[in-house]
Amino acid sequence: MSGARNPPRAPGTRLDARGLLCPLPVIRTQDKIRTLKSGEVLEVVATDPGVLHDIPAWCRVHGHRLLMSEQRNDGFRFHIEVA
Amino acid sequence: MEMHDKKANLPRRAAALISGGLDSMLAAKVVLDQGVDVEGVNFFTGFCVEGHTHAIRKKDRSRQKRNNALWVAEQLGIKLHIVDVIDEYKDIVLNPKHGYGANLNPCLDCKIFMVNKALTQDVLDRGFDFVITGEVIGQRPKSQRADTMPVIARESGAGDRLLRPLCALNLPPTLPEREGWVDRDKLFGFHGRDRKPQMALAESFGFSDYAQPAGGCCFLTDERYAGKLADLWQSRGVRDYDFDDIMLLKVGRHIRPAPHYKLIVGREEGENNFLSGYRWRFVYLDTVSHTGPLTLVDGEPTDADLVLAARIAARYSQGRSASEVSVNVHHPSGARRELRVAPLLPTELEPAWHVGG
Repeated sequence: MSGARNPPRAPGTRLDARGLLCPLPVIRTQDKIRTLKSGEVLEVVATDPGVLHDIPAWCRVHGHRLLMSEQRNDGFRFHIEVA
Repeated sequence: MEMHDKKANLPRRAAALISGGLDSMLAAKVVLDQGVDVEGVNFFTGFCVEGHTHAIRKKDRSRQKRNNALWVAEQLGIKLHIVDVIDEYKDIVLNPKHGYGANLNPCLDCKIFMVNKALTQDVLDRGFDFVITGEVIGQRPKSQRADTMPVIARESGAGDRLLRPLCALNLPPTLPEREGWVDRDKLFGFHGRDRKPQMALAESFGFSDYAQPAGGCCFLTDERYAGKLADLWQSRGVRDYDFDDIMLLKVGRHIRPAPHYKLIVGREEGENNFLSGYRWRFVYLDTVSHTGPLTLVDGEPTDADLVLAARIAARYSQGRSASEVSVNVHHPSGARRELRVAPLLPTELEPAWHVGG
C-alpha cells in the first residue's frame, strides 16, 4: 500500500503494541491517535495477526489513512496518517 | 442534559452499544435510517469471547479474525469507539449489586454500567443526546426482562434517554420518541427468545453475514470459565483478579492436585506459545524426551508437588505410554533441573483435580 495523493510521510510517533492481543492493539492505537493532530503519522508495531484485519478496519471507520502495512521479523508494522 | 437544543439544524446524536452481534447492529441501523447521527461504542472488559481467543489457539487461526464490532461499524458506515474498561469492570464482576446470572455473569449490572459509560463517554469531543441498545424484552433471563428494563434506564442515569428500538413499542415512549428525534412508528415491538423477527429485519436491510455467537459474547456466562474463576478466588482467599489471571483462565487445562497450587497445561502449540509468555512469572515445565505441553505452575509447590506436576505434564505428552519421560522444571530465577518421571496413569488423575469440570 502506498500513498497516491501525497508523498509518504515519516511517522513522528511510534506505538509498540507487541505482545498485546486484539482488540488491545486497536484500543492503544485509538488512544494514541486521539493525542495526535490531523496529518501526523503514527507507526504501530504489533504481533497479533488479528491486527491485519482490525487496524485497517478501524482506520476505515474513522477515516484515517493507512499509508503502509508490512510484516517484518518483529511483527506487523503500520503507518497511519491521522484524519 | 441540554446538548444540542440550540443547534436545531444539526442531527441528534446517539451512542449505540455495539457488541458485534445482530441485535445491536439492527438497533443502530433502525435509528441511523431515521437521520440520527449514530456512533458505536464497544467495551472491552477482558472477558470478551472475541479477539483474544482467536489469536491464542492454533486451531482457531484459520477462522475469520475480524472484530465483529468493527465489522458492524463498517457495514453501518458509523464510527466505532472501542473502550478499555478492564479495570473499572472489576467492580462489576466482584460486587454486582443485582447479583449473578446462572454463572458469574453480572448481566444486569453490566448493562447498567455500559449504558452509563456510553452516555458519559468522556473520550469523545461531543456528548450524545441518547443511547441505543439492541435489548429485546424476554430475550435474556437476567437482564432483558420487562421488570429490568426500567432498572437499567434508571440506574445507568440515562432515564428516558435510553432507546431500545427493537422493543420500543412494548415500552413507554422515551425522550427521543416524544421529542420527535425518532419516529416511534418506525420502531419495533419484538419480545421473547424467538429470533425470527430479527432475522427478517436483517434480511430487509440486506444483512446476511452477521455474527451469531452461540454461547454469547462473555466468558462469565460460561460454566467452566466461571468455575475456574471461582477456584482462583477460593485458592487465593480473596475475590480479586488481574488481567493476566483472566487471560490465563481462557487457556489450557487447569488441574489442581492440591489447594496450594494448580497446573495450567497447554493443549496445543498455540496455547503453549501463549503460556510461554508467562515464564517470567511462574515455575514452568516442559518435556524434554518427548514432545509435550508447556505447563505453568501457579502457587507454591513443594519439591514433591513438582514431581507430581512433572508426571501430569508427562501424561499429556507424546510419552504418555513410555516408562519414563524427562521433564525440565524451570524457575523464574532461571534455575532449571531435570526430572525423570513415570507419566501419571489416567486412573491416577483424579477427576476432581480438573478445575471448572
